[in-house]
Amino acid sequence: MSEPAVLPEGWEMVIGLEVHVELATATKLFCGCANSFGDEPNTNICPTCLGLPGSLPVANEQAVEYAMQLGRALNCTVSRSIFARKNYFYPDMPKDFQTTQYEEPTNSEGFVVLPDGTSVGVERAHIEEDTGKSTHLGGGGRIHDATATLVDYNRAGVPLVEIVSHPVMHDAETARAYVAELRDILLVTGVSDARMEEGSMRVDANVSVRPVGSDELRTRCEVKNINSLRSLGRAINYEARRHVDLWTNGESPRQETRHWDEDGGRSTSGRSKEDADDYRYFACPDLPPLVPTQADIDAIDAAMPALPAARRAALAVAAGVVVADTALTVERGLDVLVIAAIDAGADPTAAMKHADQNLSDGQGQLTPATFAALVAMESEGTLSSTQVKTVLGELVTNGGKPADIAATMGFEAMDTSELETLLDGIIAASPDEWARFVEGDRKVQGHFVGQIMKATQGKADGKVVNQLMTQRANQG
Amino acid sequence: MSSAFELAAAIRAGEQSAVAAAETSFDTIDGRDEEIHAFLHLTKQRAQAQAEAVDKAVAAGQDPGPLAGVPIAIKDNMCTRGEPTTCSSKILEGWRPPYDATVIGRLEAAGAVIVGKTNLDEFAMGSSTENSAFGPTRNPRDTSRVPGGSSGGSAAAVAADFVPLSLGSDTGGSIRQPAALCGVVGVKPSYGAVSRYGLIAFASSLDQIGPFAHDVTDAALCLDVISGHDPRDATSIPIALTPTFPTVNDGVAGMRIGLIDELMADGIDDDVIARTNQAAEALTAAGATVERVSIPATIYGLAAYYLIAPAEASSNLARFDGVRYGHRVDGQNVAAMNVATRSAGFGDEVKRRIMLGTYALSSGYYDAYYGKAQRVRTLLADEFATAYEKFDLLLSPTSPSTAFEIGAKSDPMALYMCDVCTIPSNLAGHPAMSVPFGVGDDGLPVGVQVLAPMLEEAKMFRAAKALEDAAKGMS
Repeated sequence: MSEPAVLPEGWEMVIGLEVHVELATATKLFCGCANSFGDEPNTNICPTCLGLPGSLPVANEQAVEYAMQLGRALNCTVSRSIFARKNYFYPDMPKDFQTTQYEEPTNSEGFVVLPDGTSVGVERAHIEEDTGKSTHLGGGGRIHDATATLVDYNRAGVPLVEIVSHPVMHDAETARAYVAELRDILLVTGVSDARMEEGSMRVDANVSVRPVGSDELRTRCEVKNINSLRSLGRAINYEARRHVDLWTNGESPRQETRHWDEDGGRSTSGRSKEDADDYRYFACPDLPPLVPTQADIDAIDAAMPALPAARRAALAVAAGVVVADTALTVERGLDVLVIAAIDAGADPTAAMKHADQNLSDGQGQLTPATFAALVAMESEGTLSSTQVKTVLGELVTNGGKPADIAATMGFEAMDTSELETLLDGIIAASPDEWARFVEGDRKVQGHFVGQIMKATQGKADGKVVNQLMTQRANQG
Repeated sequence: MSSAFELAAAIRAGEQSAVAAAETSFDTIDGRDEEIHAFLHLTKQRAQAQAEAVDKAVAAGQDPGPLAGVPIAIKDNMCTRGEPTTCSSKILEGWRPPYDATVIGRLEAAGAVIVGKTNLDEFAMGSSTENSAFGPTRNPRDTSRVPGGSSGGSAAAVAADFVPLSLGSDTGGSIRQPAALCGVVGVKPSYGAVSRYGLIAFASSLDQIGPFAHDVTDAALCLDVISGHDPRDATSIPIALTPTFPTVNDGVAGMRIGLIDELMADGIDDDVIARTNQAAEALTAAGATVERVSIPATIYGLAAYYLIAPAEASSNLARFDGVRYGHRVDGQNVAAMNVATRSAGFGDEVKRRIMLGTYALSSGYYDAYYGKAQRVRTLLADEFATAYEKFDLLLSPTSPSTAFEIGAKSDPMALYMCDVCTIPSNLAGHPAMSVPFGVGDDGLPVGVQVLAPMLEEAKMFRAAKALEDAAKGMS
């Protein structure tokens, strides 16, 4: 069951994630240019997002509202916030400072509950502007040895929220689950389209290691250029192992930014953080503070759609299962259907089983009422499980009433006496197998069930056949 | 030269043409600006087109606006579409903005005719207009003297009768001090009263655009045109400023006016103090009550200003990196290009302030410098608020001295002291204006400063007009 350990015994990973998400606004954070991915370079630009002399920013109200919505969805405190300037030179940053939030972010101290019940603390979720996009020609595709650099400013000024977790995750799987959960929250709230491949959701991993049992925080490295959940897991495991190797050899990692090389399966050194820029943060004098009122926050809460964690909890209660077992159903968006079907009398276990096993493409035309009716027919033994699956498929595709569909398909429940006669015949034809079954060898069970199904063209209920066989064996 | 008000009235009545007024302005400039050097660039085509449009509107029976056909000069740190906008810096030489500052649009919508862009201390950093990459401006009252700064070109353009109106920007006194030294009226409005959109930022929390004029009435006329909410400037006040022009002659009877102790002390020349005392007497004679008031934090204003303004400037001026516009000096890589461009493109004073500001914001120094300066700013605002519980307006000198000789103040600290009287209003965000009030011992103009609480421009203009009337009676 357990996979091979990623780290040698006695070592523990410490992971914190910085997740940048592009907000799904129509326009940029501080100007009226379109916030649009994939357009011809340098077409969605104006004096403000180009940082031309004399231009000024004005905060996009929709972006601020989305950011606050996201903050509430992450269980953060939403408070008065100020924009700050982060000063450093880079050609794709038009003003040579990034407008972000520093000392007073819009959202602080929240948490995300993962499907397995783990709660991951969120330190802050602040608003900032995106930079342009550089393409370095020649050299190794890095700015230092490039012969020329092309810059596309379409992305400059696109609204971002940076969600910073506390360093509280200890394995790659949890980190992946956290990012997957964030993605679900972003999609449910509609705040971002959260596409890692297109860069509208970007994950940087801060990774360090420590001896198990210690609570120290050792030197961390920030791994960038992670473009998928798969990469995230690989990058974290690689980086953690690299750190353990260094510590074990009596060396120590340098605090630095590293670049994940997906093809090579390794991280490479970027710029060192020891001689990192002093960003000289200060409050941006061009932008007044954002001051949400309690009424604003109440309105956001009132309009909040049901979030994945709450939906899992509700489904767990309704279905009488542990929360971890509700993840798939909620991820597929089938929780509302299942709860309604249970309310309409469906057997919870059966409803959950079908949601997990037979509804991977969604509910289609299936309604809570027809779902409940079908599950009832199954529980009563009116239909075999194979028949139920077929009827369910028909309900999803075309809708209708389960009883009508079963009748149309000729799925009549078989008389038990008929089955008993059939079973007697098969026992007589294969005495050796039957003797083994009586002695407790369950592997031969399939032999009998298969023969009966063949004879009845699948109309028999496998469960009933199993019961009959057990009864007969017990009778000697 | 007739006033802006009279000229606009004549043009609106069809008695004079806007095209002729523009020609007169350009002729006057041609006659004397080689000596004065108020202008860096003349916008003749744009002026011609605008003047023709004004004349056509008048001929068609339409009203082109309160500044119909009035020639106006613009400090060269405000963006004018398609026209050079340099901030008197080599780093922006040749750059032509693709857009107009909000004030430009407002002026032209009111019928004003923009004739050119005026000289300034590079990026508005200075008090003498000597720190221009394109050479200094001379004071029209005495061409061996500086016009003050940083809006020295705009002040000189009015003082030399090139134009009846001009716009400057005031970060620590850059409108009021040159107005005083050139003997014209200069106004720094409340922070947020006039849009900064298109004003190339020096220190964003202090910068404010305002007018120069020969007289208080013209300044009021111009301020009423350029003020007002602008959705493109998030620091723009969302309400309209009470118009100043209609009440400019309402007088000061019953007003309580405080004369600031700390600005009537050492460091201010005796002749300037004498004129300011006379101004106080003139206001008393006009029906106001004038009393001395102490605002102790004003003496820390200069120190706070020279931390806050450079700090903001160090960030605002980062964008001049050679990547997108303006001057570029090539280098081995992007960082080397940035360094070479900025080393060649900025003058010494700009570099000095960028370094000061960078230091003030640095990690480990922020609290001791920038943080403390911001606390002084709060303290100053509190002390002003207390003073304004008792007084309607405050009074002080505008500049510690009259215009000084070109080259006389080579020590940066000596120049910084020029702004000691004007800086407190910028730190508080309050309006203040300078009005000519007689001359000093050297026969050069003295300006007195009227300070007002936030958005009380109308009241401030009434006192300024009373002083102007009294000064006329003196000479």
